[in-house]
This record gives sequence, C-alpha cells and structure tokens, in this order.
Amino acid sequence: MKSHLVIATLLAAGPALAQTPELTVYTYDSFVSDWGPGPAVKEAFEAECGCTLNLVGAGDGAALLGRLRLEGARSDADIVLGLDTGLIAAALETGLFMAHTIETDLDLPVEWTDPLFLPYDWGYFAFVGNRGAAQPADFRELAASDLKIVIQDPRSSTPGLGLLMWVKSAYGDEAADIWKELADNIVTVTPGWSEAYGLFLEGEADLVLSYTTSPAYHLIAEEDDSKVALPFAEGHYMQIEVAGKLAATDQPELADKFLRFMLGDTFQSIIPTTNWMYPVVMPESGLPDGFSTLIQPEKAILAPIDQADALRDLALDEWLRVLSR
Amino acid sequence: MAARPVPLARHTAGHWAGWAVATLLVVFVVLPLLAVFWRASGASLPGPADWAAVRFTVLQAVLSAVFSVILAIPVARALARRQFRGRSVLITLMGAPFILPVIVAVLGLLAVFGRSGIFNQALAWIGLPPIQIYGLHGVVLAHVFFNLPLATRILLQGWQSIPAERFRLAASLGCRPRDVFSLLEWPMLRATLPGAIVLIFAICLSSFAVALTLGGGPRATTVELAIYQAFRLDFDLGRAAVLSVLQMGIVLMAAGLALRLSLLDGFGRGMDRIARRWEAEQWPLRILDGFFLLMAALFLLLPLGAVIWRGLSGLDALPVQVWRAASVSLVMALSSTVLTVVMALALAHLALQRRGIEALGLLGIAASPLVIGTGLFLLINPFGDPAHWAFAVTVLVNAMAALPFALRVVAPALRDIERDFGPLADSLGMTGLARLRGLTLPRLRRPLGFSAGLAAALSMGDLGVIALFADPDRATLPLQILRLMGAYRMDAAAGAGLVLLVFSLLLFWLFDRGGRQDADA
Repeated sequence: MKSHLVIATLLAAGPALAQTPELTVYTYDSFVSDWGPGPAVKEAFEAECGCTLNLVGAGDGAALLGRLRLEGARSDADIVLGLDTGLIAAALETGLFMAHTIETDLDLPVEWTDPLFLPYDWGYFAFVGNRGAAQPADFRELAASDLKIVIQDPRSSTPGLGLLMWVKSAYGDEAADIWKELADNIVTVTPGWSEAYGLFLEGEADLVLSYTTSPAYHLIAEEDDSKVALPFAEGHYMQIEVAGKLAATDQPELADKFLRFMLGDTFQSIIPTTNWMYPVVMPESGLPDGFSTLIQPEKAILAPIDQADALRDLALDEWLRVLSR
Repeated sequence: MAARPVPLARHTAGHWAGWAVATLLVVFVVLPLLAVFWRASGASLPGPADWAAVRFTVLQAVLSAVFSVILAIPVARALARRQFRGRSVLITLMGAPFILPVIVAVLGLLAVFGRSGIFNQALAWIGLPPIQIYGLHGVVLAHVFFNLPLATRILLQGWQSIPAERFRLAASLGCRPRDVFSLLEWPMLRATLPGAIVLIFAICLSSFAVALTLGGGPRATTVELAIYQAFRLDFDLGRAAVLSVLQMGIVLMAAGLALRLSLLDGFGRGMDRIARRWEAEQWPLRILDGFFLLMAALFLLLPLGAVIWRGLSGLDALPVQVWRAASVSLVMALSSTVLTVVMALALAHLALQRRGIEALGLLGIAASPLVIGTGLFLLINPFGDPAHWAFAVTVLVNAMAALPFALRVVAPALRDIERDFGPLADSLGMTGLARLRGLTLPRLRRPLGFSAGLAAALSMGDLGVIALFADPDRATLPLQILRLMGAYRMDAAAGAGLVLLVFSLLLFWLFDRGGRQDADA
C-alpha cells in the first residue's frame, strides 16, 4: 500500500496522469490471492479502463459483509464482489447498495431478477469422493451407508451453510431426521472448506462436501481423474456469487463499467480455472476441457432470497440440536 | 498473597517502563472492546447455547492444561538429569509443534493418529480395531501435542534454577531419589506448575480450529466459535463482545488462582555449575528417563516427520510467492520479537513488586482476536485506511500473543537475580542502565534467548492477519499456506508448511542457542 502512495505522489507531478481514477472493489481473500482470479482480472480491467483497480480482500463472503456493515456509508468500496445468495438478504438490509443498470442475459439454471446484485459465477454443492468407491445416490442412501464424510460448520463456513440449506430445502420438516441418520457418517465438522478438503485428501474420509466442479481442478491442474462428484437424486443446492454497487460510490460510471466488464468474455473466461466455478455468461471459447466430464445435476435447488434467512435460522437450530447429542 | 515480596524498595526507577507497557496492554485490549460495545449499542446476554460452549471450552482447556503439564514432568526431569548426544537438538525440535500453523500441525497429527494414520495401520496389522481420534480426547491429544513442549521447557528451566550445590549436598547426605524429589524438586514444581498450567489453560481456552476440527461436531463448540457465529451469522456485536469479556474473565480468574497457589521458595544463589545428579546415576532410573524421552520424542516427532515428509514432496510445486511471503513473515517476526522482549523485561521488573502484573501478560491470548480486531478497526477506520496500519497492528498483536510466554520465563528468573544479587548491586550503587547492562541482562541471557526464540517462532507461524487488516501487498507465509489450500494446492501448501517449519525452528534455535551459549547446563 505504501509503495502505491509513493508512486501516486511521484505521478502527481505529471498532471495528466494524476487524474487516474480509482475503483475500489471489496472481495473475499481467495479472490485476490495469487491463485485466484484477482491478478488476471486487475490486469485486464486496468488495460481497458484507464483506471486503477484496487482489489481489497477481507476474509470470506460473510466477513466481507461484516466489514461493510462496520464501515457503513463511509466505506471506500465502490463495489462489493463475493456475496452469495445466502447473504443477499442481509446485504439488502444494510441499505448500502444501489440498483445496477446492466442489461443481462445470463446462463444460469435459475431465473435471476434481483435489481441490486449481479451474479458473476455459480456452482453446485456436492459430495466429492474417489472414483471406484461406493456412490450413494441420495442423502438417505448416504446415511444408510457406512461411508465416512467430512463437512464444514455452517457457523463459520459458506459450504457448510450450503449443505445445511441443501438438506433443509430438499427435506423440509424431515431434515432433522436426515441429520440424525447422517450423524454416524460424519467424521468431523471443520471450520472451513480447506480443512475439510485437506482431511479428505489425506484419507480421513470417503467423501467431502465441496462442489461439482472440484474434480475439474484435479483433472486440469494435476491430470488426475480419480476424483468424482456424486450426483444426488434430490437435486443440488446452488451457490451463486454476486457483486453489487454501493450507493455511496464516488465512481458510479466506472463501477458500472466494471460490472459490465465482469459479465464480459475476458472476466468470465478467467473464472473457471481460477475460482473453479461456472461462468454466468458462457465465454466464446466455451468451458475448458475437463469441465465437460463433470456431472450435470438434473435439478437445481436454491432457497428464495427473501426466505433464506428464516430457513437458515430454523435449519441451524435443528442441526445444532441433533448433532450436539 | 503467599508470595514473598522481593525487598528492593530502593530502586523503583525503571518502573515507569513497566507501567507504560501495562497501560499499553490494557488500553490495547479495553479500548477495542469498548469500541465494539459502543458500536453494538447494547449488549445481549449469553444464551443457553453460549453457556454450553463455555462449559465445553473450560473442560477441554482444563484437561489439556493438566495433561500437558503432568506429562511434561517426567520428560523435563529426564532432560534435566541426563546428558546425551543430540539433547540440544531434541529440545529444539520438540518445540516445533508449538509454532506450526494449526492446520499444518493437525494434518501431521492425523497422519499418525488419523483414520488411515500410522497408529491405526499398526493396530490393524496386529489385528486390533482402529481408534477414533475425533472427540474430546482428540482435542486434548492435539492440545497436549501443541503444549507439551512448552510445559517441558518451562519445567526444565525450573529444574535448572536449582543450584548444582544443592544436588551435591543431597548426594553427600546420602539422599535417595525420593528424598531429592521431596526436598528439592517438589518445592520447585510447586512454584512452577500453577503458572505453567494457567498459561496452557489460557492458550487452549481460545482454541478454535483444533477444537472444532478434532472435536467431531457441534458438541465441541468453543466460545471462540460462538463469537464467530455472533459476528458472521447474526452480526450481533454486543453478544460477541460479552462472550469475549467472559473468556477474559475466566483466564484472569485462573491466573489469580495460580498466583495464590505458586509458593515461591527460592533456593538461593549457586555457582552456575552443571548439576550432576549422583542420586540418579543408577540403571533403573536411567532406563525410566530413557523411556519417557523416547515416548515424548515419538509422540512429538512422528507427526512432525509426517509434516516434513508431506512437505518434501510439495517443495518442487512451491510457487515464488511463498518465498516473498517468507521474507515478509521474517521481518514481522523479528519486529515482534524485539517488542516482546522489551515488553517482557519492563513488565518483569514491575512484577518484582506487584506480582499481579504477570496476569496482565495473559490478556493478549485471553482476548478474542476477532473482537479485538473488530474494535481496532472501528477505532482506526474513521482516521485512516486500516490497511496502512496492518504491519503495526500485526506486529503488536503478535508481540502481545508471545508476551505471556516470555513473561513466564523472564519474571521468575529476574526475581531470582534480584533476590540473589540485588543487595550486592545495591551496595555497589548499580542502578538504571548500568544495573541492566552489568547484572540483569547477562544473567537473564538464557530466559531472554528462549523468550526471543519463542516470540520469533510464534509470530512467524501466527496467521498474523486479522482479516479486517489485510495488507494487499504483503501476505504472510501462514496466510499464503491457507490461500494455497483454499485453491486446492494442498501439495504446495505442504511444501510451504515445511518452509515455515524450517524458518521458525531456525529462528528459535538461533535465539535460544544465543542465550545458552557458554551458559549451557
């Protein structure tokens, strides 16, 4: 940051360059990481906008929203990128966001009409295991099997929350029973996705809660086709990641420009092999090889945004009650 | 208070430094808490689920602390009364679990005790059913793994504080090992154990990732997780702050109890000779000590071996960013180390007369990092970009986290020095800097070296970044390890974990060795 200041001061000597506008985007940490989409996105956007793109990472999606709530309208952020459908209601409640003006034509399995938030990628949660091992076809079969699974805690992890919503949306009042039957399959509940996936790769569990796209990483980056995602008959819960423009932005046009760029070919073709999620607008070059081998769930599940919070509280109480026994 | 105050009313000159550090600590913890309360506009009381979390947290922390310290007694005694090749290397390596990032260490532990770990493979080989590591016992096992080395070092220092002349005297009086224990070793343990237990209790109390990962499910909900939930899901800042205050209250109460329990009966000054242990020079005791050392070494070094083994295969996948992050962490670690040592020295001087001050040192690990980070953010944000403060905040937070460990070894050592040499220094009129240079620092070399090593290694391995203070251009090594894991790159993460381990151990060894040079026993 300091070096930026120095450079900015030096540049201020040349009046033409001093005008370079800055766009600040708050996002989650894995987006800005060297292995995430951040570096490529920054380079590509700066090449076409004549501006400086500041990508500021803050924990995960929930931590991001927390930071925004702490800062309120004083926030430096022009755009927040990285909330998911489970956080939209809470984000809406802050009153900090404004409607975007972008026309969209999205390749999503569900209809998207939210006036404030624009999706930029999406995926399905799924249990991932090793090829050749037993593959239960739904939650009941999984619960009846003696397969060991490792999942994430919904209180500290987005995928953990996704699983909670998946079971609740698919089973409603019977969700508690499903969890009761699943209890003896659960090896442990980790704070986050990384720990769970690491445990799975070390052989601590047969299955891990992850995404249908996870096998694509192993296939593309490691040329390893031994990992598979299990298609479940109930359908798969979706995660749609969205970005929104802040009402207090001092760069409204630049922010719109970024949102348009976000739905454009460059950004969208960066997503699959950096965020390991599906793009919301199919890039001209299509999806990378390897994505074609992934399972395609027949049914996409997503709790309605305005009911997600109430459903979550209900499901979390249930989950805690059943699994604390 | 049962402790005998050290008579040194005459030189209170340097105490302003101690008071300054004490004030800084309190301000640094209390102000952010107040900021969170203020922003929360009201505090909600903890619910039944929170109290369940408090009960589990205290239970696992008590068990972890007691087991760590009890198991450390025979190990420290064996190290204290045996000289063997590789002893110094063993002592350094045994410290490794303590400084690894939690998830790296947990994966190492699982390679040994996990479902498909070495232990279960061995059991299967001899036809026994596998053991299950997940549950309360797994949490305690992991905490013992992390803290046994620390407890051992604290107790070892206790043993080394018994003058060699005492053992010689005991031998010439024909004391048996049992007599040596009750006359020399037990009084030392009475003085040392409570502090060691409280320190480890405080560390385990704020455990989050270990307790959850190995706890096996929401039964293992800790207060720190409840704080997390209050923040993330409910954005209930008031409840988060109340829980954090509760957690600090428990630590401070335990610290107060420990101060009452630790009777300080000094041994008087010795000639700094290497303690030869005549009474222990018999084969059964040698075998016993050998057994304890072997067990401790296996328990601590096997998982470490797994970390190294996994890391080696990831070294060729190591991205260049890891080295950049390592240098960032190195600068941070060294800055925190200087700060820790200065703060520990100042507080230790003040603690000569007010022993309660030592409890203040625990504040840094008793306060929830999430709450303190949020409070600091609230305080700094109106005046400037928190990212500009990331370095200073991280260094200070790391130094505060290392302070209780440093204080634990420096304060008793300083008390001994003042008791044994204080009057002489007084009569020579040694005060202020002259006293510090001529008496205190030379005689404090060993504990200071150990503290500096620990502080450096701890801040090297600490995540070091409160998410709100993320510095976009300077990621630390532990953060890069998490990022690699988050990007599926588990092999590279394991390689980076090995790099971290090597750097941390090297720092620890350099400082610790520097302190023990020509003062080794």
